Amino acid sequence: MFTYTIRRLLIAIPTLLVISLIIFLVVTLAPSDPTANLPLSIPSEVRAQMREALGLNEPILVRYLLWLRQFFLYEPLHMLDQAFGLSLAGEDMQRILSWQTRSPVADLIVQRLPQTLWVVGTSYVVGVLIALPIGIVSAYRQYSWFDQIGTFVSMVGFSVPTFFTGVLLIVIFSVHLGWFPSIYDTTLRVTDLSTFWLQIKQMIMPVAVLALYNAAQISRFMRASMLDNLNQDYVRTARAKGMTERVVVLLHVLRNSMIPVVTVIALGVPTVFGGAIITEQVFKVNGIGQLLIIAIQGGDVPTVQTLTFIFAVLIVLFNLIADVLYGLLDPRIRYD
Amino acid sequence: MTAKHALLGAAAALALAPAAFAERGSDGQVNIIYWQGPSTMNPYLSGGIKELEAASLSLEPLARYDPDGNMVPFLAESVPTLENGGVSEDLKSVTWKIKPGLLWSDGTPVTSADVRFTWQYCTADGGGCSQSEKYNDVADVETPDELTAIVRFSVPKPYPYGPFVGNQAPILQAAQFADCLGAKAPGCTDANFMPVGTGPFIVTDFRPNDVIALKANEHYRDPEKPAFATVNFKGGGDAMAAGRSVLETGEYDFAWNLQLAPEVLDQMAAAGKGEVEVAFGTLVERIMVNFTDPDPKWGERRATADHPHPFLTDKAVRKALSMAIDRDLLTEIGYGQAGRTTCNVLAAPEIYASEANEGCLVQDIEGAKALLDQAGWVPGPDGVRQKDGMRLSMLFQSSTNAVRQDFQALIKQWWSEIGVESELRNVDSSVFFGGDPGSPDTFQKFYADVEMYANSFDGTDPEAYMANWICEEAPRPETQWQGNNMPRYCNEAYDGLVAEMAKTGKMDERIALAKEMNDILMQDYVMLPLVHRGRVSARATSLGGFVMNAWDSELWNAADWYRVK
Amino acid sequence: MTDAPMIETMEIARPPRNQWLDVWDQFRSHRGALLGAAFFAFILAAVFLGPLIWQIDPTYIDIRARNQGPSLAHPFGTDQLGRDTLARMLAGGQVSLAVGLTAMGLSLVLGTLIGVLAGYFRRLDGALMRLTDLFLALPLLPLLLVIIMLFRDALRSAFGPEGGIFVLIVFVIGITSWMQTARIVRGDVLALKEQEFVLAARSIGTPSRRMITRHILPNVLSPIMVSATLGIANAIITESALSFLGLGFPSDFPTWGRLLFDSTDYLQQYPERVIWPGLAISLTVLSVNYMGDGLRDALDPRIRGR
Repeated sequence: MFTYTIRRLLIAIPTLLVISLIIFLVVTLAPSDPTANLPLSIPSEVRAQMREALGLNEPILVRYLLWLRQFFLYEPLHMLDQAFGLSLAGEDMQRILSWQTRSPVADLIVQRLPQTLWVVGTSYVVGVLIALPIGIVSAYRQYSWFDQIGTFVSMVGFSVPTFFTGVLLIVIFSVHLGWFPSIYDTTLRVTDLSTFWLQIKQMIMPVAVLALYNAAQISRFMRASMLDNLNQDYVRTARAKGMTERVVVLLHVLRNSMIPVVTVIALGVPTVFGGAIITEQVFKVNGIGQLLIIAIQGGDVPTVQTLTFIFAVLIVLFNLIADVLYGLLDPRIRYD
Repeated sequence: MTAKHALLGAAAALALAPAAFAERGSDGQVNIIYWQGPSTMNPYLSGGIKELEAASLSLEPLARYDPDGNMVPFLAESVPTLENGGVSEDLKSVTWKIKPGLLWSDGTPVTSADVRFTWQYCTADGGGCSQSEKYNDVADVETPDELTAIVRFSVPKPYPYGPFVGNQAPILQAAQFADCLGAKAPGCTDANFMPVGTGPFIVTDFRPNDVIALKANEHYRDPEKPAFATVNFKGGGDAMAAGRSVLETGEYDFAWNLQLAPEVLDQMAAAGKGEVEVAFGTLVERIMVNFTDPDPKWGERRATADHPHPFLTDKAVRKALSMAIDRDLLTEIGYGQAGRTTCNVLAAPEIYASEANEGCLVQDIEGAKALLDQAGWVPGPDGVRQKDGMRLSMLFQSSTNAVRQDFQALIKQWWSEIGVESELRNVDSSVFFGGDPGSPDTFQKFYADVEMYANSFDGTDPEAYMANWICEEAPRPETQWQGNNMPRYCNEAYDGLVAEMAKTGKMDERIALAKEMNDILMQDYVMLPLVHRGRVSARATSLGGFVMNAWDSELWNAADWYRVK
Repeated sequence: MTDAPMIETMEIARPPRNQWLDVWDQFRSHRGALLGAAFFAFILAAVFLGPLIWQIDPTYIDIRARNQGPSLAHPFGTDQLGRDTLARMLAGGQVSLAVGLTAMGLSLVLGTLIGVLAGYFRRLDGALMRLTDLFLALPLLPLLLVIIMLFRDALRSAFGPEGGIFVLIVFVIGITSWMQTARIVRGDVLALKEQEFVLAARSIGTPSRRMITRHILPNVLSPIMVSATLGIANAIITESALSFLGLGFPSDFPTWGRLLFDSTDYLQQYPERVIWPGLAISLTVLSVNYMGDGLRDALDPRIRGR
């Protein structure tokens, strides 16, 4: 397993390079334009000059190589400089600048990571924590009233999109009841109990919306997989050996049912970083998801490329983690 | 108009009275929400309206426009004109006098060198300055003394108020931006995010597209203003949520640009926490008619003057399309109090608005049918009119926007009533308004028969705007599909009027010329104006001193705002 | 397994029963599945036959009748332009169901194929899973813009305006949503491959194709069924997002997702407008889910034997 992991990590490097090139081509070829959102009173000659100042007149390959050099060489040097007060990066080592804000993309990401992790991360953890027990109980008591209600709620939770549930919660809890703020304050610093309480209050609605959506999906896979295993021969054997129900279900069946669930969870973790575009938009959380969507709409290639590439790295990494976990859950799975 | 505005002005002055006794920073925080967050505080690097408005809290021009479209001096002592001798007789130079004693927010004096530097900053090579058009034909900015700046133009400028006027062209501090000329402009992140300014507030924390924190400028010229100590400027979300946060939950004091269905806005306003503010500028929603054939069979040359449109070049068809539209209903449904019906593409300022085209205000389906019958377009077996095998079937495109899609559906139905078939298409606005020559869906390429969008112009002078529809401005492959003449209209008489206006200085003659050009476009049905659109924003009832302005930044008088107690 | 001798004796008595008849019997005895199937059939009938009875044109604007509540003339009310909501729900259902089912089908076939191949054949695993990583990483929105730019006009001339867009949307949703299914199926196949019955089948020389269709596929059916239910909901919602971006059907062409999106703005004024499309999507997904449950149980030999 160890050699497999090392090998996979090595393969990941060329894979990611290819992925970065394809992402770059897609993002560059997409017909959105950094000057599209400007008022029409700005004439086209000026727009052409603005595009030229952004380097849009260079050939695509040159722009891609420049981005590669910035991402893998200049950015790490600047980060080291910032962390240890060095001056490794030369004057001419331009960082990756966003076209919209003209500021380093890395700074934007650092600025937005906290709210994304708070909101999207918490909702994912909450979602998983409620999905697993619901999935297990639903499967164990298949077609009980608990299962039926669980099925109904999770199907509605998955079919009704977050742009609707989010607005519904705002109308009920912000407009009519006035319990929670409808606009997330990203500048809030948690320093004491009262600010912590404020943070909880502004997180409740977005977290609830996202957690419902995530839990709906994961609990369905958990339930299906448990059902598959509950009827297996080994379960009968285990029961026949006199093991308690708790041990049978939670130790044997659960462990064997985890493979699809681990896959789904591992696929979901990178999306935590990617943020939840719609939910962030609805609650004005302004995290990474909102940064990405604004950059896409604004034709901001450096920002989209950098964010998407980091996202790709996380996907490759977590899929690798999932593969390693398969081996731990079921020692019979071997890759070499 | 004047009487009404005078009254409004008096009311505003009365409302301002209590603020005069207040002291700076005594009213706490004001919360502003823009559902599109500003990405920078340097208007020369972005050009987007949201950035211009945010920047207007810190950066100021020599003169701004007031809610009536008149120029009022801000950093200048007075507005130079021909009459007061500020503008030279040959229309080639303007002399601005800066108010004495002005300080930047870092305590240093404002001088004419800053004015000169601002011109150099925006015209430096490789900077990609978004407002460089404002400095067109500026040959030099001379600084005979610390408080005098003389703008010299290379050609006579009948309307010399491009440079340093309005929220598009504020003054930057030379000291702060000295190392940020040209290609180095984007690298100056700190200066771009936290400019030293002369305005009532200065930035303390800038998070692009998210939150701007500002505090009162302690060197602001009026020692009693601003009344607010801090500003929380939030961005993000959508118009609906922004309106809700002011009108329904009361979390915010001001929300910008609420283009929402009138009934939605009315219901929000009924909650009583705030008021909807409307002001009319020059924005007109219109349908552009394509004079060239967008048929794919022409390959590279589709939608160019090489191939005239098979039926839209027939004036009777264009006129019938216009007659079939009920503009009153469109306005009522789409914009409510934020829209006015119009039959002019140059609908404002009021002095320029022509009254020769009012006939379009009444929908006339029967008349349109008769007109088409006369022109030989007769209904075919499927109800669609045709002549010589050519069916009146069109592709109608627009950008994605709830109101526009409703308009498209309505207009499609009216046109089908007169026997014109249309297919609707909507394109994401980042593509539609993007200039990417590779995309078939841009409004310049106009690979459709008719398209709908809104356009306006900066300031109050329509010269540049009316010059959009000269032959040469037609987008075509040779110009990489750039250009402003979307209909590809080409009329020598019109081009002549544009040239004449460029050298006419007398106001009444300019007005006559502009009206004549507008009438040509309208009576030739080159474009079908639909609605004169206003700016709509919402203000909390507890925010005093706010005066809505459609000619400049909506935050233009933030210094006068105060908390109603 | 203990029932085996009994089945044998029965088989002697009767001609051998078709396996699919057994599956059908089991499916029939599943109450949830029957209800789900009946309801799904009802939705299909309503959406495809309904417009024959309810003949109002869904795009007809009766501006004087706008924003009306439910009445005899308009049982579901009208929208902000006075279009009949019932007619729009029926017309929208045709598109949404067609897109949802075909796009889900495409994504399932792709996902299952790639997942099984990658899990079963070790040589293909690396390449196919890296391909999956690539598709997971691609930014959806720019990708859509590129696809539309490259293929829309070609498809439009091949299939007509609406047919072309339909093919495009199904294709776009299909190729951007198969990855999760592929990863899940592969994970399950990796584990299955090492189980005793597979080893046994292999040791008697079962060829790979038969191994996959006979032993592997039936055993990964349940995650596929879950993916199918989630896939329909996903496809219906994605379609509405596409048309909002201007990448989908023309704006006056109603679909459930679009109706839901458009009416969210009117949530406070006219809540019933949101309820219809929301309910339609949820109930469709729910009925597919129950059908999937029943089908899974019916295809599971261990349950069927009971």
